[in-house]
Amino acid sequence: MQRSEPIVELQDIAKSFGRVQALQGVTLALFPGEVHALVGENGAGKSTLVKILAGVHRPDAGVVKVGGAVVDLRSPIQAQALGIAVVQQEPMLFPDLDVAENVFMGRHPHDRFGRVDWKRMYREVDQLLASLDLSLSSHSPVQGLSVAEQQLVEIAKALSLDARVLILDEPTAALSSHEVDELFTIVRQLRERGVAILFVSHRLEEIFELAQRLTIFRDGTHVLSSLVSEITTEEIIKHMVGRELSQLYPKSEAEIGEVVLDVRHLSRASAFMDVSFQLRRGEILGFAGLVGAGRTEVARVLFGLDRPERGEIWIKGKSVRVSSPRAAMDYGIAYVPEDRHQHGLVMNFSIAANVTLPILQQISHLGLLDPRAAQRIAGDYSSQLRVRSAGLDQLVSALSGGNQQKVVLSKWLATNPSVLILDEPTRGIDVGAKAEVHRIISDLAARGLAIILISSELPEVLAMADRVMVLHEGRVTGTFSRAEATQENVMFAATGQEK
Amino acid sequence: MTTMSPEVACAGKRSQRNQSRLLGVVSRVRELGLLIVLLLIILMVRMQVPRFFSVDNFEQILLSVAILAIVAVGETLVVLTRNVDLSVGSIVGVSAFVTANFFKQMPGANLLVGILLGCVVGCLLGMINGSLVSLGRVPAIVATLGTLNVYRGLDFVFSANTTSQVNASDVPASFLALATTQIFGVPMLIILAAIIALVVGYLLRTSRTGRQLYAVGSNPAAAAMIGLRRNWLVFGAFTVAGLLSGLAGVLWAARFATVDATAATGLEFQVIAAVVVGGVNIFGGSGTIFGAILGAIVLGTLQNALNFLNISQFWLQAIDGGAIIAAVLLDAFITRLLQRSQLLKRKKQ
Amino acid sequence: MKKFRALLLSWEMLLVVLLLACIILGSMLSPYFLSGFNFYALTSNAMEIAIMALPMTLIIIAGEVDLSVASVLGLASVVLGVLWRDGQPMWLAISVALLIGTLAGVLNGVLVNWLSLPSLVVTIGSLALFRGLAYVVLEDQAVSNFPASFTNLGFGTVAGTDIAWSAAIFALLAIVFAVILHLSRLGRQIYALGNNKEAARFAGIPVRRIKLLLFVVSGLLAALAGVILTARLSSARPDNGVGLELSVVTVVLLGGVDIFGGRGSLPGMILSLFIIAIIQNILGLMNISGDIQSLVIGLLLILSVLGPNLAQRIQITLARRRLAAGRSQSV
Repeated sequence: MQRSEPIVELQDIAKSFGRVQALQGVTLALFPGEVHALVGENGAGKSTLVKILAGVHRPDAGVVKVGGAVVDLRSPIQAQALGIAVVQQEPMLFPDLDVAENVFMGRHPHDRFGRVDWKRMYREVDQLLASLDLSLSSHSPVQGLSVAEQQLVEIAKALSLDARVLILDEPTAALSSHEVDELFTIVRQLRERGVAILFVSHRLEEIFELAQRLTIFRDGTHVLSSLVSEITTEEIIKHMVGRELSQLYPKSEAEIGEVVLDVRHLSRASAFMDVSFQLRRGEILGFAGLVGAGRTEVARVLFGLDRPERGEIWIKGKSVRVSSPRAAMDYGIAYVPEDRHQHGLVMNFSIAANVTLPILQQISHLGLLDPRAAQRIAGDYSSQLRVRSAGLDQLVSALSGGNQQKVVLSKWLATNPSVLILDEPTRGIDVGAKAEVHRIISDLAARGLAIILISSELPEVLAMADRVMVLHEGRVTGTFSRAEATQENVMFAATGQEK
Repeated sequence: MTTMSPEVACAGKRSQRNQSRLLGVVSRVRELGLLIVLLLIILMVRMQVPRFFSVDNFEQILLSVAILAIVAVGETLVVLTRNVDLSVGSIVGVSAFVTANFFKQMPGANLLVGILLGCVVGCLLGMINGSLVSLGRVPAIVATLGTLNVYRGLDFVFSANTTSQVNASDVPASFLALATTQIFGVPMLIILAAIIALVVGYLLRTSRTGRQLYAVGSNPAAAAMIGLRRNWLVFGAFTVAGLLSGLAGVLWAARFATVDATAATGLEFQVIAAVVVGGVNIFGGSGTIFGAILGAIVLGTLQNALNFLNISQFWLQAIDGGAIIAAVLLDAFITRLLQRSQLLKRKKQ
Repeated sequence: MKKFRALLLSWEMLLVVLLLACIILGSMLSPYFLSGFNFYALTSNAMEIAIMALPMTLIIIAGEVDLSVASVLGLASVVLGVLWRDGQPMWLAISVALLIGTLAGVLNGVLVNWLSLPSLVVTIGSLALFRGLAYVVLEDQAVSNFPASFTNLGFGTVAGTDIAWSAAIFALLAIVFAVILHLSRLGRQIYALGNNKEAARFAGIPVRRIKLLLFVVSGLLAALAGVILTARLSSARPDNGVGLELSVVTVVLLGGVDIFGGRGSLPGMILSLFIIAIIQNILGLMNISGDIQSLVIGLLLILSVLGPNLAQRIQITLARRRLAAGRSQSV
């Protein structure tokens, strides 16, 4: 590997979204002919960094240098012009057009009359595909391609642009192992041609297989950069998760009672396989794992949003079929979804209207709403959870992230559930609000609720959960009691490592 | 992690390649299927009424479809960009009346000036549609539902201020000859429609702008990512649709000779039916001019066949409506199937 | 104070001002404008639009649209006419017409739900289909020998007043729809649906069932409007109500209902209904034909979507400039 000047250099980059600091003081350098792995837990700031390099986000502070010159990346097109190409996890292509046109859209080769030179286009794409040793046909419509093949189209596009920097944003998440091998062969070829590659992944074995250099992010800051040859799996995991637990709310003890929810051999194709667990009154069961491990998918099935293909769900000793969210609620299951904006709240609705949305039945007589009952119930829960607002009629869009999350919690507590599924309940809210949400979760368990806590923040799971179940690529790879569940144990199971 | 033997991997790849070839076929199946439907209609009607099957009658069918086809070419461009133009019928009406009235007022005027006038009027109205949709961000269906009525209203304003109707005797014979002239025994109207379809079809296939129209309709977000100028493309599509509707209006006036403010009312449904039946996806991004023309011919043949079979002409609009729904359902169904097969493919791996 | 200001700047307030302006303009133009008879003429002319606008308001708030209403109206009118002509009793003719409208609504709703097609596209097709069926049923004929007891539904007034029977029916329906939209569980669910379909689904709201219900009600009331129009014109023809979907959609959008769903109110729609009825009335008093009237309605439709869009864009541009100015100052 020859040492040379970096193609891309990031210095002291900072970026925040509202109150959340996504990146702070981040520094990174990409060298030609080198695969640079970027690792970190979910929410560590990896994708924000990728988007800054791609010209989608502009940093609040810091310097971006390309080829030694300071640049201001204002748009994806500009980033492209500077030789930076990004391959997204879900590629952005034109499904109705064929592979060759997708590679050349916006810059078709043409003759002197301005007519598209189809022959040349197909020839060039064929050459490109052949040079990558790909069996893809330049005439195939993209609509029929697998995700892996679509990524290869994106890579071919990057090459035809003479990209000097290629960013692969968690490219292997949706690929089979064979497809991953194919992708890696190509990435190695590109590396030999002198392309600088930023490889974002949290599959550690892939990093050791492919990368020369590695950078670890944690909570939006740069933790460590090192040569891959000089670091071990244990060290990487330690640096990824090494966080103070002190800022978290201490869990109060709850009495653990009888089994409320019993899940047996639950499977859903392309999501998860053979998931079994029991959940008891007063218990907090943590679901740990990386993005795409299948945790949210299990929750969606339990809440009746998706159908399982195999397996049984038993609630309070009875086998049930959860066919819709309404049915789930009738069985006493509530689900606080991961994405507040998309799934959790109606932003144009008041606090009271949001809290009472799933229980309209309870607050209406003969189909007509009783506003006083709505105010009473919403008032009860929002004061219990200490929602800070100008009043129950305030629109939730005007609340802070933490208070919005408390509104979502109020909404689901109002359904009076016996099983509460929390999916990333503290994502995107500030530290103070986080501690409050932890206090609430702990109180709820103490009151006898059975809770499933899905979180990608390991310290949160470890501090809150009585038991931790770990998923890796749709399978349960370990279940740990509170005493056994250490950061290292869980992370090993979550990355699919054998200990 | 699972490992795969090289043979299995190889077989998987082969089946994938077959599948993408199959997809290529499916996208052409729409046009092929349409041809078969056309042949079936012709054969079936021929068995009942032998005189249906004659060169004269086919010329009649093509003649009745020609003006519709010209408008359908413009509509195809708009639909490709994931929009729709409901106002084409009104544009045809305005242009027809303005042109006919121009010749009535100035009988000695140059033929070309009148034709140009109709085209310019259509072009301007199309530009208004385009601006509303691209700059004003009014959903195309709402914008053109509005302009459908505004343009038709303008038509009535013009006719109220002048005379309510232009008759064949009011316009010069040279103008009417536009519709009746034959070149080598083929009506010029058919030749003109064919030339327009060929030229636009060719440009759509070979010009960079043509390809970008597909891209914008296929995935607007991806188009923005690579810097395609969506607003201009959409504006352009509406403008060309207006221009072609304007030309169609001129031909309408020449063909039917008697023009009032209601000319071409409801034409938009025939046009949209032809376009979606012809396999142009109403959700944008795929379809060809050839398909749209074929769609127009199928519907035109059906109309002609109703005549021969003594079935009421009043079935026509219902058939158009049913055809629109059926074509949209078919497209959505095929897309659903493709997605499912893709999921299955993933599952197998 | 804040609330008062918000009310003052609201869309409904704008509509009230517009309505007053229209009334003043009307009374200046014609001495008959403020007469009781003109009130009767003005309201009874607009009642078919009004009745169809009620479910349309709910549908657009729920994030969908039904462009086929005027064709359902035409189909119902024709069915009613044919049954009466063939000697069926009037009550049966009316019932079957209403049933046909309901079935048309079922078809729309099922098509929209099945394969999750956008209602805009589906109802463009069914617009042509239902109108076409109306032509198939009655061809170019008309039925016009209706009994006075029936046409009274269109012509007659509530005893001793200038209120048309159709207007009385509308008033009753409007109250029911206002209660449903603004006070009932279903209304709350409709708003939730239009604002955020996914969040509505997560909250256990039966999204598909509500959509189906809305289209069915829309079909039923469009058929009712067809019955009333037939009575008022004393004629059942296949082209009855051609193009009325324009007026219906315009009334709803001008009434402040967001074309993308989630926002709007029934009082706003009713204000806009009166504005449009008065504009049509004034144009009528000025002897301007119906075809040119629809020019004005078309313009209003475009402006009621374009206006807020442009206002929003100007606001965003201004905010951006302010932000940029602030930044350059701090640097």
